[in-house]
Amino acid sequence: MVSRVSGDVVTDVLRPAGALDGWAGRFAALPDSVTLLAEPFHAMVDVRTADPAALERLVGAPLPGPNAWSGGERVTAIWLGPDEWLLTSPFLSPAELEGAARETGAAALPDARLAVVDVSAQRTTVRLRGAHARDVLETGCAIDLLPRSFGAGSAAVTLLGQSGVVLLGLGPSDYRILVRSSFAAYLAEWLLDAASEWR
Amino acid sequence: MQLIHCPWCGPREEVEFHYGGQAGVAYPADPAVLSDEEWARYVFVRDNPKGRFEERWSHSAGCRRWFTAVRDTVTYRFER
Amino acid sequence: MSRVDGYGRIDRSRTLTFTFDGEQYAGHPGDTLASALLANGVRRVGTSVKLDRPRGITAAWSEDPTGLVQVEEPFPEPMLLATTVDLVDGLVARGLGGRGRLAEVPDTARYDRRYTHCETLVIGAGPAGLLAARTAARRGDRVVLVDDRPAAGGSLLGTERICGRSAFDFVADTVAELRADPDVRILPRTTAFGHYDDGFVLALERRTDHLAQPPRDVSRQRVWRIRAGHVVVATGAHERPIVVEDNDRPGIMLAASARDLLHRYGVLVGREIVVFTTDDAAYDAAADLERAGARVTVVDPRPGAGGSATHHARVVGTSATGSEDGAVTAVTLDDGTVLPCDALLLSGGWNPTAHLFSHVRGALRYDAELGAFRPGEPLDGGTVVGAANGTFDLAGCLAEGRGETPEPVARRTHVLWRTEGEPARQFVDLQRDSTVADIARAVASGMRSVEHVKRYTTIGTAHDQGKTSGVIASGITAELLGVPVESLGTTTFRPPYTPVAFAALAGRQRGRLYDPERTTALHAWHVEAGAVFEDVGQWKRARYYPRPGEDMEAAVLRECAAARTGVGILDGSTLGKIDVQGPDAGVLLDRIYTNMMSSLKPGRVRYGVMCGVDGMVIDDGTVLRIDDERFLVYTTTGGAAPILDHLEEWLQTEWPELRVSLTSVTEQWATFPVVGPRSRDVIGAFAPHVDVSNAAFPFMSWLDTEVDGVPVRLARISFSGELAWEVSVDGWHAAAVWRRLLDLGAPHGITPYGTETMHVLRAEKGYPIIGQDTDGTVTPQDLGTEWAVSKKKPDFVGRRSFARPANLDPLRKQLVGLLPVDPDLKLPEGSQIVELTDALPPPPVPMLGHVTSSYRSAALGRTFALALVKGGHARIGERLTVPVDGALVPVEVTGSVLFDPEGTRRDGEPSVR
Repeated sequence: MVSRVSGDVVTDVLRPAGALDGWAGRFAALPDSVTLLAEPFHAMVDVRTADPAALERLVGAPLPGPNAWSGGERVTAIWLGPDEWLLTSPFLSPAELEGAARETGAAALPDARLAVVDVSAQRTTVRLRGAHARDVLETGCAIDLLPRSFGAGSAAVTLLGQSGVVLLGLGPSDYRILVRSSFAAYLAEWLLDAASEWR
Repeated sequence: MQLIHCPWCGPREEVEFHYGGQAGVAYPADPAVLSDEEWARYVFVRDNPKGRFEERWSHSAGCRRWFTAVRDTVTYRFER
Repeated sequence: MSRVDGYGRIDRSRTLTFTFDGEQYAGHPGDTLASALLANGVRRVGTSVKLDRPRGITAAWSEDPTGLVQVEEPFPEPMLLATTVDLVDGLVARGLGGRGRLAEVPDTARYDRRYTHCETLVIGAGPAGLLAARTAARRGDRVVLVDDRPAAGGSLLGTERICGRSAFDFVADTVAELRADPDVRILPRTTAFGHYDDGFVLALERRTDHLAQPPRDVSRQRVWRIRAGHVVVATGAHERPIVVEDNDRPGIMLAASARDLLHRYGVLVGREIVVFTTDDAAYDAAADLERAGARVTVVDPRPGAGGSATHHARVVGTSATGSEDGAVTAVTLDDGTVLPCDALLLSGGWNPTAHLFSHVRGALRYDAELGAFRPGEPLDGGTVVGAANGTFDLAGCLAEGRGETPEPVARRTHVLWRTEGEPARQFVDLQRDSTVADIARAVASGMRSVEHVKRYTTIGTAHDQGKTSGVIASGITAELLGVPVESLGTTTFRPPYTPVAFAALAGRQRGRLYDPERTTALHAWHVEAGAVFEDVGQWKRARYYPRPGEDMEAAVLRECAAARTGVGILDGSTLGKIDVQGPDAGVLLDRIYTNMMSSLKPGRVRYGVMCGVDGMVIDDGTVLRIDDERFLVYTTTGGAAPILDHLEEWLQTEWPELRVSLTSVTEQWATFPVVGPRSRDVIGAFAPHVDVSNAAFPFMSWLDTEVDGVPVRLARISFSGELAWEVSVDGWHAAAVWRRLLDLGAPHGITPYGTETMHVLRAEKGYPIIGQDTDGTVTPQDLGTEWAVSKKKPDFVGRRSFARPANLDPLRKQLVGLLPVDPDLKLPEGSQIVELTDALPPPPVPMLGHVTSSYRSAALGRTFALALVKGGHARIGERLTVPVDGALVPVEVTGSVLFDPEGTRRDGEPSVR
């Protein structure tokens, strides 16, 4: 994407790229029973606070406890640790989400200590859906994913294959997987390979 | 593959955890006043009991929190 | 042919063709290779491993110690039991002499693993297991039922009656009920091979070998990783033989196995059969075989046992006179009688299959009434039911399956381990050719423990792990020692219960999925640019970018020259990055780093070293102060995860009062060092609104700016000694910013360089790589970085150790430079260093240290190395010797900074400062 302007070389705009750009074709070849969809550019901020109530207004729900996520389409809160949550949003920019977290927290509890870190590019998101979605996960995830144990609203920071993930249960046969960007290609390859039985 | 109970996340496979050795070995308040032998004892010497052992674990692949657990070194079983 | 009509569950309407030892035979769907061979009259399967004696099939399932084959088609695999190989059309196999041969072609099959969880896992779908599964399912449990046979029913033959129905109807009804329950998973052809802590069981499912046309994408074998709240072991029992002289001939097998072959496959193992037994169950076998057309003679030494036809005697030998395949033709009794026969069936009672109970440290106890070892204590998190628990009667099995206590059954037990005969021809472990004589030799050598006897004789160490021989070895050892077998015990069962292929254990962790490949946001660009990659931990890093015709040395010399004379650019994104935030962030870093970090001003950068409490360097890197309460810590690539863990450990376990939080931002930020005298031009063009003069943007400072609306961080950091900037940007915009820098650098000849060039550039400056130039025994003083050790701070991690006598030893290994006297000779990394010499003294030669890094330098016009040398700092100027491939290479010891020791280059060329 290079154009020459009066002898100087300048590139096009600085366009963002997702960690799984280029995988759409292989994902699209999967059957309906196992669908994979990269969901790039979700803003994510890591929030540390002893007063999670301070962020309720932003999330639109109480912040979740262990092994759970809460919130709506606009902002989701995922429990990462006893004083740590990951806020994600597909609609806000990283700066907007980071700013909103700081402002909401400060407004609700001016004296509360709140650490907010933009980690939007730290992880990338993959959506796994379909009748065999759980089968695929069960080839490499040791936690109990049977629906009575892991349903909509469940979350786990755990291992999938040999990669650390944040796994969200969205509904029956519907999961969102957050993976460190450097592991994204490995995980995509791993998921495609796991799905091959249902090709 | 043992299960280890993270106080926050519940039972998880042991590969999610990192072992941290004997619990309760406090960093000396003022290392400078310790003799070489006392300092070496802090740095290098740990209990190695047969039986009940208080030890530190970190749920490194999960919530990243350190916790103290009691394990029997004969049976490997954790007290709950 | 020994197939009899009216028996077996094979599909006689279809014929399968197979080849064994080069001969073609026919069989039927439902056959195993063993049953098909026996049906064709093939009784000799192979030869024994040491003595080359003919061997046949001695049991009907996985307990068989003898029938090992090499399968060639459809899938080459060594050391399989003919009794467990499903017959498929076109199967090609060979008999073995105890040793197989690994396939030389790649294994193209898929293998995988699957996790599952349940409240109740039932192992074994015999009568006890089926009822246990049904009971748990009706209770509402999630149930997994595994069974190693193709169909449920266990040892049931179909002749029994359960609840007023034929046994098979009962099995079919129960399986149908379980199948209809969505919370029940039934896994046939699945062998639970290991039982571990906390209800964890590994089971191998054989998914495709029995199929005529295996689906391409279905894994051939699957390892199930089952986590159960309660494990029900319902694995039945193994019949055990009686050891007699020459008991290893083809045609000699377990009585129940012969009965199983008849009812399962319609195979009659002989026409003239002798049954030698001390157990009542063998009479049922005898009756069935007789009904199927054989003439059966029962030999039973127990007084009063059997009917009038029973010989009350002992079999003491066998012969194979005139037998072409070495199979048995007659047996000799202790009263001198010779009984001609074509099969000898042995039954010395039953051993509960308690392996999976033993795997979790369950202790077995000898039950004199049973004449066998059985589970002797309750199982934590599980139960053992049915024959595995020593309950051998059907009614008792059903009761235990239901969770009830069975009615006691009177037993006439008569334990007979062996009869009189030549011990060297009385085989205990038929696969290992181990005999009673071997046990006697072990005992005579002073062994008193069965564990020692096992290892001395190798009894129980073959593929079958002594399923039929282990307890007998204990019994015979006890007899020879003159102690009761209950006081001797048995050897410990350990996983796996049956052999498991490494391929199955590896599952999908092969090839590209063997280990995760971590990639940076620029990976596609590196690939396109033709980079040669190197593995750095799990990372794939671009090592160098060869141009056509270039090897690594040429490419690296070119890349180095570009960075020293023009401008180069590196993808340094793999460096670990930790956001340290909170009012006490500075306090934490002061305690962690050897130098002061709290005094760093926002907007500035400081290099720091971290040590363990032992005072040894564990990591180094730069620290950026973002604001009063926030720092960004850079770690080495390999240190990213361990150093975050290290910080969390101190923070959480020692200093929880500190108000600090740590967050990994390794992948959040991509970092590109832009390096060389022309780097200012590139950065100036990239961020035209930023004043990149030395005055405005001095060394070790940083600032945040925006380029086309994208937040970008610029930092004057140099890992090469050259004028350099590190450009950091979020991972989303990494590729775009990289391309922009390349485009803007093009007029200046910007040259992408890889890790190899990075290493040369830093080594020329004596900058150590933690983990390459250090090995966990190196202090900051050894590295010559005392300048980064604070004298002012009262304490930090590792400080106290610096004063230990060992840390002050002047003969510690210290980092120095080495210049080979021959400037063209590159020392291999890892080479040992000795005193200067023309000839090595006799060993042991005192070692002074070793070469840690070694390169060819464009800037120096020669080779050079870094090394850890005893008392190295005091040896600067001396000559030492490095033995390389037998040659004694003289080297000169220098300081570790070989290029621009005055540091004149880091602010760029004087003319443009």
